[in-house]
Amino acid sequence: MKPVYVKSKGLQDTELHYCPGCSHGIVHKLIAETLEELNIIDTSVLICPVGCGVFAGNYLACDAVEAAHGRAPAVATGIKRTCPDQPVFTYQGDGDLASIGIAEIVHAAMRGEKFTTIFINNGIYGMTGGQMAPTTLIGQKATTAPLGRQKELHGEPIRMCEMLSSLGGLVYAERVCVADVPHIIKAKRAIKKAFTKQLNNEGFTFVEVLAACPTNWAMTTRKANEWVLGPMAEYYPLGVIKEV
Amino acid sequence: MAKELWKGNEAIAEAAIRAGCDCFFGYPITPQNEIPEYMSLHMPQHGKVFVQAESEVAAINMVYGAAAAGKRAMTSSSSPGISLKQEGISYIAGAELPAVIINMSRGGPGLGTIQASQADYFQSTRGGGNGDYRTMVLAPQSIQEAVDLVQDAFDLADKYRNPVLILADGMIGQMMEPIEWKQRPSVELPPKDWAATGRHGREKNNFVTSLRIDAPDCELHNVHIQSKYDRMAEEELRYETIGCDGQEPEIILASYGTTARICWSAINRLERKYGIKAGLFRPITLFPFPYDQLHQIASRPGVKAVISVEMSQGQMVDDVKLAVNGAAPVHFFGRAGGSIPTVDEVADFAASVVKGGAGK
Amino acid sequence: MKKKIMIAGFGGQGVMSIGKSLVEAGMEEGLEVSWVPSYGPEMRGGTANCSVTLSDRPVAAPVFSRCTELIAMNYPSLLKFAPTVDPEGIIFINSSIITEDFDRPDVTIYRVPCDDIARGLGNVKCANMVMLGAVIAATGAVSKETVEKMIHHIFSGPKAKLADLNIAALSAGMDSVAV
Repeated sequence: MKPVYVKSKGLQDTELHYCPGCSHGIVHKLIAETLEELNIIDTSVLICPVGCGVFAGNYLACDAVEAAHGRAPAVATGIKRTCPDQPVFTYQGDGDLASIGIAEIVHAAMRGEKFTTIFINNGIYGMTGGQMAPTTLIGQKATTAPLGRQKELHGEPIRMCEMLSSLGGLVYAERVCVADVPHIIKAKRAIKKAFTKQLNNEGFTFVEVLAACPTNWAMTTRKANEWVLGPMAEYYPLGVIKEV
Repeated sequence: MAKELWKGNEAIAEAAIRAGCDCFFGYPITPQNEIPEYMSLHMPQHGKVFVQAESEVAAINMVYGAAAAGKRAMTSSSSPGISLKQEGISYIAGAELPAVIINMSRGGPGLGTIQASQADYFQSTRGGGNGDYRTMVLAPQSIQEAVDLVQDAFDLADKYRNPVLILADGMIGQMMEPIEWKQRPSVELPPKDWAATGRHGREKNNFVTSLRIDAPDCELHNVHIQSKYDRMAEEELRYETIGCDGQEPEIILASYGTTARICWSAINRLERKYGIKAGLFRPITLFPFPYDQLHQIASRPGVKAVISVEMSQGQMVDDVKLAVNGAAPVHFFGRAGGSIPTVDEVADFAASVVKGGAGK
Repeated sequence: MKKKIMIAGFGGQGVMSIGKSLVEAGMEEGLEVSWVPSYGPEMRGGTANCSVTLSDRPVAAPVFSRCTELIAMNYPSLLKFAPTVDPEGIIFINSSIITEDFDRPDVTIYRVPCDDIARGLGNVKCANMVMLGAVIAATGAVSKETVEKMIHHIFSGPKAKLADLNIAALSAGMDSVAV
C-alpha cells in the first residue's frame, strides 16, 4: 500500500506538549519538512528559546542547544561563527525575542549573522500564563494587563519584521501565519526560502509567524485563527517585508 | 627559552591563543581592554574567531553557543561586566560546558573604580549566578603565573565540563613582567561527544541544555555536578607557601593574587623591622579552596594567629576561618575600593597581632 | 641590588617609555623586573606615572609606597612623590620644566635640563631619553650598551635615523650628570 502521508524525518518520534489549537506544532512540522527536503537534518543546530518552545530540542530531530531567555541569537552567533558550514537557526517567541532578547536579535541582524530566526508571534507569554508581550495588540487582555493593553500605559506593539528590516545585515524578512491551509503553504515556502538563503551564505534571514494561543487568549481554536487572520494580520501585515 | 616582557592583559590573550582557544567574545570595560584588542588583531591571523558582542550578556552567551558546539571559547571582562555574565555562567555550569572567563577585577560596588580590587571573591567562589554550582577559580599573582594558569584553564574546563574563572585584578592586567613561554605537555581529555555539532549520522540528536524540568531529574543532575566539585577538591588543589616549611613562623599571612605579593614583601619587612618570623599561605585555586592544607599550617605549634590580607572588606577571610577552624585566631587586614595595601601597613598590622594588640 | 624607581610626569613626556626602557634593559641584563603603570582617567587627565622595580632577586610587591629613585618630569610629580624617596635616595628633576626651588638634604638631587638638551639635538621629543641617560649614568642600574642595543632594536629599518637621535640624547643625558 502506498502511504499518502508520512511524518517528516525532521521530527523525533515523541509526543508534543503543546495545547490543542496551538500553532507551534504546525511550525515545527514545517521546519522539520524543510530540514528534510534540504537534506540538513544531520547538519543543522537548533537554538531553543525560553517559553513554550523550550522543549523544541526534544521534538525536532537535529542537534539542539537550549539558550537563556532571549539569548538565542547570541548563542547562534557563537555556533555559526565557529562552525560556518553548519546550518543554524533560532526558534523564539515574542517575549523571548521582542522583549528580553531585543538587543541580541537586533545586533545579530546588524552583523548579518548567517543564521535563520523563526519568530513565533502570538502576542502573549504562553508558558508563564498569559502575561502581556511587546506584541500584544491594543485592547487585548493579558494577565498583567487585565483591562487590556493601553497605548498611553504600554505603548504600541512592536513590528519586529519592519524594525529589523532597516538593518543592512538582514537579507530576508517575511511575515506569515498558519491559520489555514493556504497560509500554511505560504509559511512553508517562506521558511524554506530563509534556510536556502542561509545555505547560500546571503546573510541574516527572519521569518515571523503570527501564531494562535487559544489557551491564553481564552478562545476556541476556530476563534483564535480568526483573530490571527483578522486583528493580528491587520496590525502585522503578512507578506515579504524585505528581500535583497 | 628567552624571557620576553609582556603586559598582563596581552600575555593572557596570547596564552589563550597558544592554548588552542577557538573563539573570543568580548565587550569593552577597563581595565581589561587590551585582551579584546589583542584578540581582535591576532585571532583572525590564526584563523580563529573574534566577535565584539553588543553586551557582556551577549558575549557570555556566544561563549555558551561556541562551547555547546565543542569549541574552546573564552571571554574576559571586569567586575561590573562579570556581574552581567553571571546568568550565562550559570547556564554554562548547568549545561556542563567548558569555558574560560577572565575577571580583571576592579573596585565596586556598582560602577566603583577601575583600580585593582579583590572584592569579587564571594561572587567568584560561591557560584555567582543562580543555582547550586561553582566555577573553578584560579588566582595568579604574576604575569608568568597568569599565562600558565590560562593555558591550564582550558584543559581543566574540558576535563570537568565546567566554567573556569581566572580571577586577577587591574594591576595584573596592566603591569609588565618578563615571562617564558613554556613547552606544555599535551593532556588527554575526554571526547566532546555531547556537543551540538550536527548529528552527522549519530542515532540520536544531542540537546545541550540546563533544563531539567522534573524535580527528581534536576536533583540527580545537581548531585552529579556536586560530585565534580568533590573531584576537583581531590585532584586540583593548588597553593604555595613561603616561610612555612622548616621554619617556625609565629604568624601566617593568608593572601592571594596581588596582595600575596605585598605579603611576600611584608614577611621580609616583619623579620627585619620587628624580628618576627612570618609565613605566607597563598591559595592559587580559590575554588576548590585548600582548606586542609591551611589548617595543617595554622595548627603548627608556635603559630599565634592567621591573618587574611585582601583588597576587600573581608571575603576570603570566611574561607580562612573555615580552614583554620579554631586552630588559631583569625584576623583580617584589608584595603578596599581600589586601594592596594602597602607593605608597611601589612607588616605593622601583623606585628600588632603578634604583640596581642589587634583584635577581631 | 634592588631599585624601586618612580617615574612621573605629564602624559606625552615619555614617562611610560623611560620605565619600559629600564625594565627591558634590566631583563636583558638578567635582572628581575616589573613595570606597573597608572591607568584610566588619571591618564586622560594628563598625569602619568609608572613604578619600576629592578632587582637581583624575584620581585615580591611590584608596587611600593617608598622608592629609591624618583624621576620627576614635572612639578606636580615632584611635589607628590618627593616625600616618598628613601633617605640616601636620588631625585632626578627635569629642570627645563621644573624651575621652582626644591631641596631635600638627605637625598642626592640631579637637575637635568632634558627639554633644552633635546631641543639642542633637534627634537624635544627625545627629552625622555636624555633623562634615561642621566638615570643610568647616576645609578648604574643598567649599562649604556644594553640601552643602545635596545634603541637599535626599536628603531630599525626606516626608523633607523631615530636610533641615532635617541642614542645622542642618551649620551647627552649621561654627560649631563657628573658622577
